[in-house]
Amino acid sequence: MSEESLLSVQNLRIDIPTASGTLKAVRGINFDLKRGETLCIVGESGSGKSLTSLALMGLLAPQIKTSADQMDFDRIDLRGASKSTMRSLRGARMAMIFQEPMTSLNPAYTIGDQLIEARMLHPNKGRAEAKNRAIELLEKVGITAAASRLSQYPHQLSGGLRQRVMIAMALMCEPELIIADEPTTALDVTIQSQILRLLVDLGREMNTAMILITHDLGVVARVADKVAVMYAGELVETGPVADVFERSSHPYTRGLLRCIPLPGVTKRGAQLGTIPGIVPSLVGDVSGCVFRTRCEHVTAACRGEIPAHTSGKHSFRCVHSDGRLESAERTA
Amino acid sequence: MSDKAILELRNVSKTYQIKQGLLGKMKPLTAVNDVSLKLHRGEVLGLVGESGCGKSTMAKILLGLEAPTHGEVRVDGELIKGQDRLALARRIQPIFQDPYSSLNPRKRIGDIISLPLRVHKIGDAASQAKAVREILDVVGLPSRVLNSYPNQMSGGQRQRVAIARALVMKPEIVICDEPTSALDVSVQSQILNLLADLQSEFGLSYLFISHNLAVVEHLANRVAVMYLGRIVEESTVERLFENARHPYTSALLKSVLTPEPGLGIPDTALGMEYPNPVNPPSGCHFHPRCPKATDICRSQSPKTLFKDQERIECHLYDDI
Repeated sequence: MSEESLLSVQNLRIDIPTASGTLKAVRGINFDLKRGETLCIVGESGSGKSLTSLALMGLLAPQIKTSADQMDFDRIDLRGASKSTMRSLRGARMAMIFQEPMTSLNPAYTIGDQLIEARMLHPNKGRAEAKNRAIELLEKVGITAAASRLSQYPHQLSGGLRQRVMIAMALMCEPELIIADEPTTALDVTIQSQILRLLVDLGREMNTAMILITHDLGVVARVADKVAVMYAGELVETGPVADVFERSSHPYTRGLLRCIPLPGVTKRGAQLGTIPGIVPSLVGDVSGCVFRTRCEHVTAACRGEIPAHTSGKHSFRCVHSDGRLESAERTA
Repeated sequence: MSDKAILELRNVSKTYQIKQGLLGKMKPLTAVNDVSLKLHRGEVLGLVGESGCGKSTMAKILLGLEAPTHGEVRVDGELIKGQDRLALARRIQPIFQDPYSSLNPRKRIGDIISLPLRVHKIGDAASQAKAVREILDVVGLPSRVLNSYPNQMSGGQRQRVAIARALVMKPEIVICDEPTSALDVSVQSQILNLLADLQSEFGLSYLFISHNLAVVEHLANRVAVMYLGRIVEESTVERLFENARHPYTSALLKSVLTPEPGLGIPDTALGMEYPNPVNPPSGCHFHPRCPKATDICRSQSPKTLFKDQERIECHLYDDI
């Protein structure tokens, strides 16, 4: 990891105590992010993507145990950072955009109140300055008649507009890092591309680092600089976007890509690829390759230590060193 | 697939009276606006469009859950108005989007799947139990789930239960309303494969409602594109994906994000938000968002052009 990393995470673990034992939801994940870079964490429900982002923001419930060898944001150690340190970072330097804009906006306050509050929480910013900034950002995110929108309530806006307001709110304090958790999942496809363009353009303009959490490989391919594929609490494959898609190596990544019908490529009506089985329980001891219960290339060695194979910045964890057993695989 | 329509909408409209604001007057909202559409025996008709375009209202009308304000619905040529609701339910069954809210959390899976048989008083307890076990096998669930509750199952398993419940009546028509939107990618492909297998095995006719065009392209024979209560284009799936005519269809196709890095994020050029259906735009309802709009689009509604089973509703086209 290089000196200029804005965010460095090494060996992050998240344990959730449950009645039947400790649920090891995230187990030893590493990633780092430079300014202006976009990292997409892709995975299915329950893979631990959202927990990871909440851990970075210090928003996990107190009974959930987080540990890491390193979790630095601009050389500030986030591990065990005091509440006041986290408060001074959250919103100001690290901002978050959630999936459902209706539940993350307060229905009882106007858009203006909520935008201005985000700015006023941080020192040396007056109300007038905050209001001007709010109008400027609403215009930037493509909302017409921005000044008059300030007095509207969330329910008066459509889903696409609310998500634009959420993006404007995240940008109020010019954060250095934005974490967007499924920011377009609740939106129509036509609005989705507009919102993604907006995020990417604004990020580039302000040199903001972004972590985008999604289950949609189409979004990942179009937005990411780097990709981390997460399965059941582990990063099974990481690397630059072109490597992960064009030389996808982990059987899970390849399986996911075969599940998606590709207009013009996948034969109409043909069987789509599937990943049989379900995610294993992560309560108690989890050892070996966590994907082995669903993998078509499983061998006895998959229960043991799983080596990482790295070429350049592209890396995956699998007992099969070539990782690309294409001939053995069903072609979808 | 035959030429005969198994399910047909003739000039169907549905208008709701809604109140705007606390003291507002009642205003009409036309969710479905004079729509005629045919579903043929053995075909998969895809219905696509954004939220609020009237897709789900149409599904409710087809299921007999909502009566149309105008127009008529026919099954196999017979009006459904006045038909026994139970008789209709034997022929048309729904599969809904969210298998978390469409299954009763307090009932066991066996009871959920056998309920239609019990309501319709088909067979005795033994033959019902046998039918349930058979349909579980068809949808790929082990018989041990019979005594489970929905919350003990994954999303994909729940959607299989919903499919089993719909098919246990051996219907001819299945209305699939976004059946895979709430599912993970790896589960979505399993359910799509299952729906395709069942369709050919039982000769079912599907109305497949989805906002995911890649999925529609994969499964459907024909596609109808809906915008603000109107079908603006209808075509075979091949024709639509190779040569979309309506600017709205083109924009929808452009917005499909395929997992191909390097292509960037498409600009659909649909600048504006989806219009408010209570105050629809003048002329062609799509004109405020249309990159090709001209003066006539702002003032006059376009005529609908039909040919065979294709249609287009756009001022850019004089013939089809």
